[in-house]
Amino acid sequence: MELFENTAVELSRLLRTKEVSAVDVVRSFLERIELLDPHLKAFIIRTPDMAFNTAKEVDNRRIRGEEMHPLAGVPVAIKDNISTLDLPTTCASRILENYIPPYDATVIAALKNVGMPFLGKTNMDEFAMGSSTENSAFFPTCNPWDLSRVPGGSSGGSAAAVSAAMAPLALGSDTGGSIRQPASFCGVTGLRPTYGRVSRYGLVAFASSLDQVGTITLTALDSALLLSLIAGYDPLDSTSLPGSEFDYTDDLEPDIKNLRVGLIKQHLSADFDQEVTDAVLKAASILEEYGAEVQEVSLPLTDYGLGAYYLIAPSEASSNLGRYDGVRYGYAVNGENIEDMFSRTRGEGFGPEVKRRIMIGTYALSAGYYDAYYLQAMKVRTLIRNDYKALFNDFDILLGAASPTPAFKIGEKTDDPLQMYLSDICNITDSLAGLPSLAVLSGIHSSGLPMGMQLTASPMQEIMLLKTANFFEKSRDFSPLRPVLEFSEGG
Amino acid sequence: MMPVNFHKEVDYVARLARLTLEPAEKERMAGQLSDILQTACRIQELDTTGIEPTSHVLDLPVALRDDVNRPSLSLDRVLQNAPRQEKNYIRVPRITGSGHNDQ
Amino acid sequence: MKYEVVIGLEIHLELLTRSKLFCGCSTAFGLGPNTNCCPVCLGLPGSLPVFNRKAIELAVTAALALKSEVQINSRFDRKNYFYPDLPKAYQVSQYDQPLARGGCLEIELDKSRRKVSLERIHLEEEAGKLVHAGESIIGANYSLVDYNRAGIPLLEIVTAPNLYSGHEARLFLEELHSVLLYCSVSDCKMEEGSLRCDANISLRPAGSPTLGTRTEVKNMNSFRSVEMALEFEAKRQESILTAGGSIIQETFHWDEEKKHTFPLRSKEESSDYRYFPEPDLLPLVLESSYVEKLAERLPMLPQEHRLKLLDQYQLKVKEAVLLTRNRELGDFFETAAVSYSDYRNLINWVQGDLLYQLRESGRDLKKIDPRLFAELLIMVDDGKISRPVAKELLAEMVQTGADPGEMVENRHLGLISSRESLMPVIEQVILGNPDAVDNYRQGKKKALAFLVGKVMAVTGGRADPAELNRLLKEKLK
Ligand SMILES: [Mg+2]
Ligand SMILES: [Zn+2]
Repeated sequence: MELFENTAVELSRLLRTKEVSAVDVVRSFLERIELLDPHLKAFIIRTPDMAFNTAKEVDNRRIRGEEMHPLAGVPVAIKDNISTLDLPTTCASRILENYIPPYDATVIAALKNVGMPFLGKTNMDEFAMGSSTENSAFFPTCNPWDLSRVPGGSSGGSAAAVSAAMAPLALGSDTGGSIRQPASFCGVTGLRPTYGRVSRYGLVAFASSLDQVGTITLTALDSALLLSLIAGYDPLDSTSLPGSEFDYTDDLEPDIKNLRVGLIKQHLSADFDQEVTDAVLKAASILEEYGAEVQEVSLPLTDYGLGAYYLIAPSEASSNLGRYDGVRYGYAVNGENIEDMFSRTRGEGFGPEVKRRIMIGTYALSAGYYDAYYLQAMKVRTLIRNDYKALFNDFDILLGAASPTPAFKIGEKTDDPLQMYLSDICNITDSLAGLPSLAVLSGIHSSGLPMGMQLTASPMQEIMLLKTANFFEKSRDFSPLRPVLEFSEGG
Repeated sequence: MMPVNFHKEVDYVARLARLTLEPAEKERMAGQLSDILQTACRIQELDTTGIEPTSHVLDLPVALRDDVNRPSLSLDRVLQNAPRQEKNYIRVPRITGSGHNDQ
Repeated sequence: MKYEVVIGLEIHLELLTRSKLFCGCSTAFGLGPNTNCCPVCLGLPGSLPVFNRKAIELAVTAALALKSEVQINSRFDRKNYFYPDLPKAYQVSQYDQPLARGGCLEIELDKSRRKVSLERIHLEEEAGKLVHAGESIIGANYSLVDYNRAGIPLLEIVTAPNLYSGHEARLFLEELHSVLLYCSVSDCKMEEGSLRCDANISLRPAGSPTLGTRTEVKNMNSFRSVEMALEFEAKRQESILTAGGSIIQETFHWDEEKKHTFPLRSKEESSDYRYFPEPDLLPLVLESSYVEKLAERLPMLPQEHRLKLLDQYQLKVKEAVLLTRNRELGDFFETAAVSYSDYRNLINWVQGDLLYQLRESGRDLKKIDPRLFAELLIMVDDGKISRPVAKELLAEMVQTGADPGEMVENRHLGLISSRESLMPVIEQVILGNPDAVDNYRQGKKKALAFLVGKVMAVTGGRADPAELNRLLKEKLK
């Protein structure tokens, strides 16, 4: 078995027992990346020198007998919208192509602090706006299970990297499904934590009231391990939650008996792929078999949630993206006066989807439209939160699909933004409510593509999600876990 | 519900957002945004009388920090990404013609 | 037709915190460009604001001092607009839920007092500073940006439109200035931009209840220029209305050199700031006990101080107002008054020579000890030194804080009043100025003053005036 095939938990054990060195681990993943990434294009930049340096340091410290964090020496890939000191942070946008941050995000500092080698920065939809990673200004990323398909988005690079064993762990960000939808498209485990649980300091803002940094991993145990490192109150993010530290124990022993599970009716829609909904139903029956109480529930505002989301997120984005004006950093066009410079810089620097959302958001916030669009959306958000609160009085966990379909073809939805938006329909309402939500493999579609289901819990109940996902991983009677990659033979 | 026609708004909104759009781009975008807003504005069907808007999902008051100084960035760091600079300032084209006149 | 001028003011002042509103960068003034900046105040991608506790304390203190109703629940909003001095392309401000609502401030008019009501007080963040290459914003080919100022906490105070002349606006600002100085919330230096004032001004037929179309006046750099600019703008509007024209709503800049207002640009688009709740900052919730505690800690305010001065020292209103421009001057007077009981003479010295010397030297009151100042006045009263010598000593005291008694002793500056000392000088002056002597003898009384001046000049101002007059008249008989 190659080193790159291991989970993070297993790598951690191998490193701790000194069966392998961090340098060996890093080398294994970098070689894998060198082999596969020209085909998959999951990385915007690779950072081999930095990874080796960190690995060497970890090895030295371990030789000296220092106490190390379980993740010391375990490599990680980072979505390119998380600020990294002296490493480009482009958000896959032309407007930030040359931007080098002078500071580290809080989550990056945490990773560095324990000695996690960085493999590189992963591709994404520009400014995290998209569901396919085709909105990257640089290149699209391919789905490792089928190169003609998208990996999902916006954290498509991170999901593809983990799925193809180019990284054991990756950081992503989720605003309205950007971790869970690509995780389901690539057959990996994606966790969006409770809003406020992980610091947003250094995460380039898309929609501030929705954005969360989360994990993309192969297993729930890996996810728990990485979450325990990045969760916790951050004095630099005043929307971070006091007491939000996450205790990692390798005991995620599932606790299925008497688990109250709500099966979301709207995620069993006839508009969804039949096999996707069947896989969710099958998961429900497995839970029942092991003693859970499963009951169908309704989230009646699911469709309205999409509308509310596509007003709230662009509104906040239109404001968050105002700063890209060519003055302090980034792409800049000379103009005959300041307004000319602003407009041309932004007109040329942003891609079409980003411009669309800036336009929607600017419009929804503008005088005369605010009440009908933005304010109404915020009220709908309250209604959605209320629905969830009511459901969590009776249920521990909600189960649904992570996406209506498996991965679609590259180019299939690029001309129809509305169709693209609909692919996030399962992920949006829990984002609006700030809830923790996790996507995990539910089965393999007859097309050979992975399918995902989604688990959602009440705030701060990530442990419930991870335990349940762990249960599914253990009870899984389907295979393979990994895509078969032709060109990896003999690699 | 009235169909949304973004064509008449597109110029005003693009100006407000400081986005230069090519004519063809503008045309295409106006069509797409009409469709998107048409779908989004279905939320107006919902009765939200008496419902408070949710701006934040955290039901907490704002966190405060003590009034203490922390090191700033070095000047090199401040200017390292600036496309145009002069004498440690950041340089911008002439201000006139800009629509804003506050402060 | 007779018109009534209606003015409303919007005052922005920088709060006296050590660090900026959302980050730990220093608020110090006058450092090299872009040296007080970090990812937060530069608005770098991914940075987030964390609110400064002290800014809230100062803002609530100011609101309490202005009798504004502090809101237990308030909120922060983003005001979106593009300008190169605004790093995030939005200003964090407060829109429909400000920190405090209402309030008032009394101003002393010539023969009466009037309460000027306030609309609201809120917190917001300062923008950076633009330096224009060329004479002004209009002619500049390009501009330079310094973000040191960006993110300093600002308090915005908005008055109701109930000031009725440029003079009243000035009186209001002077009173506001002293209240803010008494509570130490801001250093209020208009010349450094830590206090700025914009005005809305309109005219209406006298007695009409509705407001006319207003214009906005900006760029006024002193209280005097606020008064002048508003008087100018009122006249401009009046002449348009009188000629049957109508006022266009636009923004004017005050030109300090040319003493006139000029339109910056007509508002071709009405501003659409797209305010919405700032998602990065949760709502501000103040404990009522916290507000009560700050209310208890509120220092004596200028008006109260004035009443005390009027009552205790029999000063005129104008004098009391002057002494309460800032807390230090009033305190100075009171401390000096402990050892000097001729309050009339004391206030005359304070508002005359003392303020003159401070202005001339550009010094503040810190150096000079009020007890030594009283001692100086006692020496004059006791005939130990002459007034001209006292003035010279005062000039030195303002600079160095020196003890006047010591200076008189060490430098032999005491009054010359003996006949033996004065007579030789008088004789010399009479010999040297035959014309003046003739004039005096022909009955021109002014010539005597001239000759006294000459003697004073020779003695370095030390001649005892009474004795000199007597001896000179005697000699000229
Ligand atoms: Mg303001
Ligand atoms: Zn700063």
